[in-house]
Amino acid sequence: MITDVVFLAVGVLLAAAALLALFRIVRGPSLLDRMIASDMMLTTLILVVGAEMAYNHHTRNIPMMVVLAAIAIFATVAVARYVSKQDTPQEQAQEPSRGPGELS
Amino acid sequence: MTTDQILDLLAAIALLLGALLSVAAGVGLLRFPDALSRMHAATKPQILGLIFVLIAVALSARSWSTLLALLPVVLFQMLTAPISAHMIGRAGYRTGNFRKDTLVVDELESVIDRASREDQPSSDSGDRQD
Repeated sequence: MITDVVFLAVGVLLAAAALLALFRIVRGPSLLDRMIASDMMLTTLILVVGAEMAYNHHTRNIPMMVVLAAIAIFATVAVARYVSKQDTPQEQAQEPSRGPGELS
Repeated sequence: MTTDQILDLLAAIALLLGALLSVAAGVGLLRFPDALSRMHAATKPQILGLIFVLIAVALSARSWSTLLALLPVVLFQMLTAPISAHMIGRAGYRTGNFRKDTLVVDELESVIDRASREDQPSSDSGDRQD
């Protein structure tokens, strides 16, 4: 059945996307890269929840998708705000390529 | 094929498009050189991939009320994704977390230079003679 093959491909691709995001979270190199990757992992999670609903023909997970889509922003905004508060123009002028965002 | 099977296949194809966008974002996250271009890659499945998956859910449930319940998901994502992208881009620029040689034009640099010079008129007044 071609539909089952397509669903299998969807599962493999979403797992690959989550693994690539996990790799970027582990490797860094900067805090911002990790936040971008964790944001992308949360997006992949929302897609997986939706794909599971489409595969099993139920709609019980829609509230979870709404909440995830609404609160996915908080961690990113908090960390991005914290990163940009740390640096001052003096530090930026001295070492433009390696700011305090390079926490690891 | 019956109508049910055709709708299921259409839902699976929509899911496949969303998953392809997601894995493209993953590859971009892995291969791109700096935080700003990685952010560009990672935001692809946030809206379009989500819309594809929601289309798949609606096709698989086959009811208008489900489609109505799915609208807040894409609405919230469209409201919040630009904010987080703005914050990440702002922090990425301020911490110098990008490669200068990949930029075509940097319009912020001259503005920040002028602002930081006007901030400290007494300490380094010699720099203001230009």
